[in-house]
Amino acid sequence: MSLFVQQILNGLTLGSVYALVALGLTLVYGILHIPNFSHGALFTVGAYAAYVTAGQLGANYWVALGAAALVTALVAMLSERLVFSRLRDSPPLHDMIAAIGLLLFFEALIQAKFGAEFHRVAAPYPGIWQGLRQATGLVLPIQRALIIAGAVILMVALHLFLTRTVTGSTIVAMAQNREGASLVGIDLTRVSLLTFAISGALAAVAAVLFAPINLVSPGMGNLVILKAFVIIILGGMGSVPGAIAGGMIIGFAESFGAFYISTDLKDIMAFALLVVILSVRPQGLFPAPAR
Amino acid sequence: MSARAAVAAVALAAAIAFPLVSPNDYFTYVMALAFIYAIAAIGLNLILGYTGQLNLAHAGFMAIGAYALGILTVDYGVPFWLAFLASGLVAALAGLGAGLVSLRLKADYFAIFTLCVGIIIWLGIEKWDSLTHGVVGIIGIPAPAPIGPLRFDTTISKYYLVLVFLVLGLFVMDRIVHSILGRAFVAIRNGEGLAESLGIPLMRTKVTAFVLSTAYAGYAGALYAGFVQFIGPQIASETYAFDMIAFILVGGLGTLSGPVLGAIVLTWATQSLQFLQDYRLLVFGPLLILLVMFLPKGIVGTLRAQQARRAGRRATAARAEAAVAGTADKASAHA
Repeated sequence: MSLFVQQILNGLTLGSVYALVALGLTLVYGILHIPNFSHGALFTVGAYAAYVTAGQLGANYWVALGAAALVTALVAMLSERLVFSRLRDSPPLHDMIAAIGLLLFFEALIQAKFGAEFHRVAAPYPGIWQGLRQATGLVLPIQRALIIAGAVILMVALHLFLTRTVTGSTIVAMAQNREGASLVGIDLTRVSLLTFAISGALAAVAAVLFAPINLVSPGMGNLVILKAFVIIILGGMGSVPGAIAGGMIIGFAESFGAFYISTDLKDIMAFALLVVILSVRPQGLFPAPAR
Repeated sequence: MSARAAVAAVALAAAIAFPLVSPNDYFTYVMALAFIYAIAAIGLNLILGYTGQLNLAHAGFMAIGAYALGILTVDYGVPFWLAFLASGLVAALAGLGAGLVSLRLKADYFAIFTLCVGIIIWLGIEKWDSLTHGVVGIIGIPAPAPIGPLRFDTTISKYYLVLVFLVLGLFVMDRIVHSILGRAFVAIRNGEGLAESLGIPLMRTKVTAFVLSTAYAGYAGALYAGFVQFIGPQIASETYAFDMIAFILVGGLGTLSGPVLGAIVLTWATQSLQFLQDYRLLVFGPLLILLVMFLPKGIVGTLRAQQARRAGRRATAARAEAAVAGTADKASAHA
């Protein structure tokens, strides 16, 4: 029984990381209307920014987290200005290919600067919750608890921002109908910069929270971003609750799959799940209402 | 002889003469590899350029073809050409399965889904040790077996074999895209709703395009396996699919010769970037972005657009001249 609960805790951790990455991706989808393949590179950039500030400059973990979010938000805004805003009138295929180009560039840049080897970001509070362990026999390292708590806080904050503030509503409006939003005076450039900044920051926070339990390397974003794609397809592209639910589904599928089926199949699980679900329901689990 | 046939004849003559003028075997080897990737890219262009669906699993299907040949010849001792024939069919069969599921999805969903299919193929090859030899790969794949007096044990002879397949592949693709089926593909690219309203069976036509394109990938993979004689799981990696997309973009999306031209130009461009080694992608990524920004139609597409503009101008000029002549005639009749 406690093994079962342990898998739930592990699934929750993984799911939180995936959901944060997928949230940024789904927000940007509302602006670009294409899957942003370079989003995985933002995840990696965030992790390396933290590695430099915490590992090499010796800053506090939380300072590194903030710095990583800031740097990654800037990088995301820069990519919007230099690449995506210029391709706004091109066919979607060209945006996708440009996104792939960005992904290759960031990955190569990081590899050239830091090498292909793995790096470590130290956890701020190494150790596990002794009280919990004594009471229930469950192991919950503090870093995993931080991931879950951080994800929940960010999700609630994002939800409040999107639904309760005017600035947040402009993002939602732009995603619903670009022309309509422009007609009522919403500035497309501002909204799309803001959206890219938020998505970059979310990816960076996910990466930095995840880094202490999962080493930092140039290719670290690849599988995570692919899973984030699976998640936003499952949850419906552009849907915020869908991204959270999808993230949890994949997180649980992986932790239970690794435990009850085989660790070899852990990484394949998400993709196989997508294939199975889309074979049965091509519209995804939570189809967006027709516009 | 039309201008198009003349260009094709000159290109073919150049390709035949290449090994004779190339300073060493290595250049011939690189060129043959470019041709093999060109064959795969021709196939990808059918689904991407003509039918308008971004398939990111193309390298995976190429790997399936390569592994089918490798496993059949090395582990089961099947004669080379029999295995070769089978490898394309295996890839096409896998394509049929993947296509039936994935083509129910539209645009972005399709692209992401195929990306996942590619990853599944890659991870599948890596983990299924007993069939694929896992990360070790398959070593000692036999060279293409002799056909009559023709033997394929040197780089130059293999180069000509690949060239024959490239020409064959181009010829077949030319037949396909100029057939009624090819027009159906283009109609789907231009608008699925419109194509369907013309009575084109959407699903069946898209699956046909997908299966044909994966058959190309499979044969290209089998040629690769017979040419390099060693394969590993990384040939299924999505970076190779990205490479092929770049070939098509550079050459020209939805043009017959575009993928071939792109494959040759980019292969030699990356060869000359060889001194950059790991930094190759640092140049390659921005290159892709600049291409879609400033040369979205590719080399062939841009040339063709210029030609069309010139022809259009000539036609307008001729019409204006005729109009002037017409008024002059009328004027003289009045006089």
